[in-house]
Amino acid sequence: MLLRYIFFRALMLIPVSISISVVIFLIVHLLPGDPIDNLIRVGSSTEDRKTLVLKYGLDQPLAVQYFRWIGAIFQGDFGEAIVLRRPVADLIAQNLPYSLRLGGAAFAFSSIAGITLGTISATTRSAIVEIIMRGFILLGSTVPGFWLALLMILFFAVQLQWFPVSGAKGWSSLVLPVLTIGFGGVALVARVTRVALLDVRREDFVTLLHAKGLPSRTILFRHLMPHAMLPVVTILALRIGWILGGAVTVEFVFGRPGLGSLLIRAIGQRDYPVVQGCLLMLALAVMLGTLIGDVAQAAMDPRIRETKK
Amino acid sequence: MLEVRDLEVAFGQIAPLCGVSFALEKGETLGIVGESGSGKSLTAMSVMGLLPLSGGRITAGSIIFDGQELTKLPEAAYRKLRGGRLGLITQNPMTSLDPLQKIGPQVDAVARLHLGITGQQARARTIEILGTLRIPEPALICDRYPHQMSGGMKQRIVIAGALAADPDLLVADEPTTALDVTVQAQIIRLLDDLVKERALSLVLITHDMSVVAQTCDRVVVMYAGRAIEQGPVEAIFAEPQHPYTQALIGCIPKGLSEDEHLVGIPGTVPTVMNYPKGCPFHPRCIRAEDICTKTSPSLLPRVDGAVACHFPGAAP
Repeated sequence: MLLRYIFFRALMLIPVSISISVVIFLIVHLLPGDPIDNLIRVGSSTEDRKTLVLKYGLDQPLAVQYFRWIGAIFQGDFGEAIVLRRPVADLIAQNLPYSLRLGGAAFAFSSIAGITLGTISATTRSAIVEIIMRGFILLGSTVPGFWLALLMILFFAVQLQWFPVSGAKGWSSLVLPVLTIGFGGVALVARVTRVALLDVRREDFVTLLHAKGLPSRTILFRHLMPHAMLPVVTILALRIGWILGGAVTVEFVFGRPGLGSLLIRAIGQRDYPVVQGCLLMLALAVMLGTLIGDVAQAAMDPRIRETKK
Repeated sequence: MLEVRDLEVAFGQIAPLCGVSFALEKGETLGIVGESGSGKSLTAMSVMGLLPLSGGRITAGSIIFDGQELTKLPEAAYRKLRGGRLGLITQNPMTSLDPLQKIGPQVDAVARLHLGITGQQARARTIEILGTLRIPEPALICDRYPHQMSGGMKQRIVIAGALAADPDLLVADEPTTALDVTVQAQIIRLLDDLVKERALSLVLITHDMSVVAQTCDRVVVMYAGRAIEQGPVEAIFAEPQHPYTQALIGCIPKGLSEDEHLVGIPGTVPTVMNYPKGCPFHPRCIRAEDICTKTSPSLLPRVDGAVACHFPGAAP
């Protein structure tokens, strides 16, 4: 049943990918500005300009450019960066590991800490813990990442000198960026966990579990948590894509390489192939994230497994 | 077996239940009737010791079960009673089972917890109980999920869970309200049979007087958080003393005759926030006098029971 679900769910990715690739291509090409401007020396002749335009196929109709691009991608060729003059695949391969490392660590941190804190705040009867948790959740969901990053650098890197100010060398350079990105994630996951737990706790079947004499601990871990995890899994799955590409400001503040910074730089230079490649990777990550989330939900909830799509 | 005396329940400053008393012998069925909001479910939750779940607490009175005072029982000891000697059946079978777990484990858990038996034995027991509750193919049902079952079947599974550890007392909180009429009759008959076969005591909470007439030995009529009349079923139905009881009995549809119109009780049950002073029923009572608006009537003895009314007596 689950395999069937995964198969049909994965099939749905095909039309989604096609439309996403069209949108990405159009957005990039309809942007005002011209990559050749960045490439060409001031005072070059119109002849030079023409050769470059021809070289990158920019004179062709959009449809032709699109199919050339897609066709090449299926052969593993993302094209060549116009400004950086290197294969886009290389640029992505070079930056992706940094994004994965940062994103993966931030993801793990926000899920583990978020679920733990959310559970504590939903089950505690202490008013003080409750107030602290609420304050933290409010701060975490509202404080902007770049500002938090600067505060962290000031305090932990400049004052205490525990961690490097910037760069991407070694694990110690990962701590501050992970904390920065994770802070919002922890608050978000904690809030969703908390609300979901408080919601299920009111269900009739929970009363009945108590009436069966089950200890509260058993009820929490065997019955309440699986329910509370359903919305949490959705949120986490949506964050997979976000964490890879949304870390741009944090990467920037900490001077880390990564998919986000590569994308921002490429947009600034109107480097179409790089922008397209990065966006495609991020869209892929978002799609995979939602796929993983849906499959995880189906694995957890028999009612979802049975809905025929 | 079970004796509740002057039970009072409070949520913060609000006291939705006060002065509820009744008693129940082994093998008897006690019906608690009343309109919605009269405190029937709160009484059930008090007996099960589950009030803290919804933020309530018992402020006065006592609940004695098999010689044991429950209101002062520590939670750990209470937990052993719940599921073990006290079984609960809830109102809505659609929401009373964990939708993420298979039927089998949900019923097994009770026997594993209270009888100290292991997986295989517990499953064998579950299958046996499901069978006695007239559930077809019980072994297969164990591997199903709740959403694959009909309402009537789910309610039987809820009952199986309540019975799994052979309790002495079953509290059924409107066990048929959420079911189809045909299924209602089946479930009521099933409960009635169980009481007879297993010498169970049953507290049956309902707002259906005809169910009470069919199945109960004794009946408590509740109104606005008070037990206003109680006694053996025959006596209450033959000679109801309280005007509210009389009105409730008057509401039972009598047949399909053209000139018989369905009767209702004018007015509505007061909410907890505005219980009237004096007798809570006086705004809707045809017999109300000055005294009813001022002082709350105390319980007067009646044939093997009690009635709380300033002017008890047969309907005029």
